[in-house]
Amino acid sequence: MIVKNLKELRELCEAVGDHVHLRENGKSKDGSFIDILIGMGTCGLAAGALETFEQLEIVLKKKGLNHVNVISVGCVGFCHMEPTVQVNIPGKEPVIYGRITHDQVEKLVNKVIIDGGFLQENYLIKSFRRAVI
Amino acid sequence: MRGESEEMIDLLRDKVAELGLTNTVKVIKTGCFGFCEEGPIIKIKPDNIIYVKVKFSDVDEIFEQHVLRGHIVERLLSVDPETQETYKEDKALGFYKKQYRIVLRNCGFINPEDITEYIAVRGYEALAIVVSENTPEEVIEVIKKSQLRGRGGGGFPTGLKWELTAKHRRSDKYIICNADEGDPGAFMDRSVLEGDPHTILEAMAIAGYAIGASTGIIYIRAEYPLAIHRLEVAIKQAKEYGFLGDNIFESGFNFNIEIRLGAGAFVCGEETALINSLQGMRGEPTKKPPFPSEAGYKNMPTSVNNVETFANIPPIILNGPEWFSSIGTENSKGTKVFALAGKINNIGLVEVPMGTTLQEIVFDIGGGIIDGKKFKAVQTGGPSGGVITGDNLDTPIDYESLRSIGSMMGSGGMIILDEEDDMVAICKFYLDFSREESCGKCTPCRIGTTRMFEILERLINFEGTPEDLETLEDLAINIKNSSLCGLGQSAPNPVLSTLEYFREEYEAYAYRTKKTSYQIIGDKCIGCTKCSKVCPVDCITGSIKKVHIIDEEDCIACGACYTACPVDAIIKP
Ligand SMILES: Cc1cc2nc3c(=O)[nH]c(=O)nc-3n(C[C@H](O)[C@H](O)[C@H](O)COP(=O)(O)O)c2cc1C
Repeated sequence: MIVKNLKELRELCEAVGDHVHLRENGKSKDGSFIDILIGMGTCGLAAGALETFEQLEIVLKKKGLNHVNVISVGCVGFCHMEPTVQVNIPGKEPVIYGRITHDQVEKLVNKVIIDGGFLQENYLIKSFRRAVI
Repeated sequence: MRGESEEMIDLLRDKVAELGLTNTVKVIKTGCFGFCEEGPIIKIKPDNIIYVKVKFSDVDEIFEQHVLRGHIVERLLSVDPETQETYKEDKALGFYKKQYRIVLRNCGFINPEDITEYIAVRGYEALAIVVSENTPEEVIEVIKKSQLRGRGGGGFPTGLKWELTAKHRRSDKYIICNADEGDPGAFMDRSVLEGDPHTILEAMAIAGYAIGASTGIIYIRAEYPLAIHRLEVAIKQAKEYGFLGDNIFESGFNFNIEIRLGAGAFVCGEETALINSLQGMRGEPTKKPPFPSEAGYKNMPTSVNNVETFANIPPIILNGPEWFSSIGTENSKGTKVFALAGKINNIGLVEVPMGTTLQEIVFDIGGGIIDGKKFKAVQTGGPSGGVITGDNLDTPIDYESLRSIGSMMGSGGMIILDEEDDMVAICKFYLDFSREESCGKCTPCRIGTTRMFEILERLINFEGTPEDLETLEDLAINIKNSSLCGLGQSAPNPVLSTLEYFREEYEAYAYRTKKTSYQIIGDKCIGCTKCSKVCPVDCITGSIKKVHIIDEEDCIACGACYTACPVDAIIKP
């Protein structure tokens, strides 16, 4: 699909923005899905992010949580806390958790996704702020 | 809000002065803490307690209760709306809040292998605007006005480089993205490529449009397989959407990008060596001039720019050059990404506005030194840079300030050293690196760095002499002045800078006064005998419940006792 001009590009930007809006301000049009971002740069992978990723998919499937997406992203910068996971729930500020190795996944899903709670030990930061633009 | 904050600062200063506490309590005006919606904010250090929405009338209470008595004023703490917990300090707050992310804006935020996520954050909009609404000259003007300078180490103005490349009228021109990133301890460029590859493609296309090139080449080391993979995926997707290829956005502009792998030699990051390597020749630098902007790849005008430099381009186009030049210091605009490593709590990748002090980077963002040890120095610029000591921690980060204290911005590796680090050993490490990585083309660098390395090795083995220090200094200055390229010209920097700030450590080796044995602090020793049991050369004496002693002559400094001691009564040499 070739984007022909600026207007088409801006329309496309609007049309595909739902996931990004959820991360930016907690508001997606659809409003029914949750995004879990996993830092999967070289540093994250070295700390076991791939195992976390796979385990998340397994656990979510097992529990029938089909509205939760697992998304691979680059490094957030918290190298000392890898693997890092960011949870984006509609209407809430994103929360970043650190040291979510594969054995922490079940706990994370139960506490944060199912109970809507907080994982105190792994908590790093809660903020919409990621950038300036 | 600003006016009220100023009044509060004055009030606090008056109170401190009134009680004669100016030496122990400092009232400091800082920049924004990041959560402006909760301002005005007062932070008390070293407790790291943050009070939010402070009113003029609250200042008294904070001063009386917290500053004078150490009681926390609970009602002014920030309350988490969800958990209803008051939080005194966010664990990661310092790490995040002093940062300002332009280059890393999408890293960790979008899926790098999904182009629609990049489009959703206004990806390729800058390219679309440029090719459909601006002339190449206008684009160059915008970049010049932004005052962006190259992030690959040299700090050359990017707009000017593009202009110099654009003015040559030749059939072919090239844009090269320098993703060699060879200095030990640096991983900024890798993270950008892994986390946001489309930004680099978009910026390269913009650069191509500006200088009149239709080919872009990414020179990346083969040791970065994940970054290479993500770039390949990104290029494929960008072609499918028509962001690369022919007639981009129906403007008549064509641009294609190819990836070329380097074998990972440090010298191939130097632009002329890089170009030689691209052409299948030995990765050796050549004399400048001619500069690549005149005769680069295939002898055609070429603009070589660093990954991080490119990552700044789309935001500058979208937000305007004034926005960019409003960030930073007088001569260094925008932000810089640093890779924090070494003896620091928050090892990681940080992006701060130019002008941020090292103090803020090491202690506020980096969270201070591991195990509460004492800070010794920061090494910036890797094998080409130098050390910055505690005395210079208030130096604002910019190209000129760092150079004036004998270090350099470099590409952004920052290694934090603590009291236990041995400066001579660290220099030996860097010289070993430079000597290995010297391409051998010019004599000063090839032989000189090896001689310097040998002297350092001699010193560390206690085989050196005081004269060695003079020879070392002499060699350093000569190599600096007579080498062909930046590698040799900067390889002596670590030695020169440590000789300036830590000469006594060199002298301790040269005059053989350096302690080589571990020691037991009598006051702390509980006589548990654990150390004497593990000592492999039986040089620790003492009976149960009595203070033990290490025989300095026999100690081989293996450190076994140090590890075994349960009460930290043993000190390293
Ligand atoms: C020994 C040596 C190694 C270098 N390594 C790199 C590198 O890894 N990445 C880089 O961008 N620039 C490196 N440079 C600087 C490049 O020569 C060149 O100045 C830079 O790529 C220009 O891009 P910029 O203007 O965007 O900074 C190196 C220079 C020298 C002398």
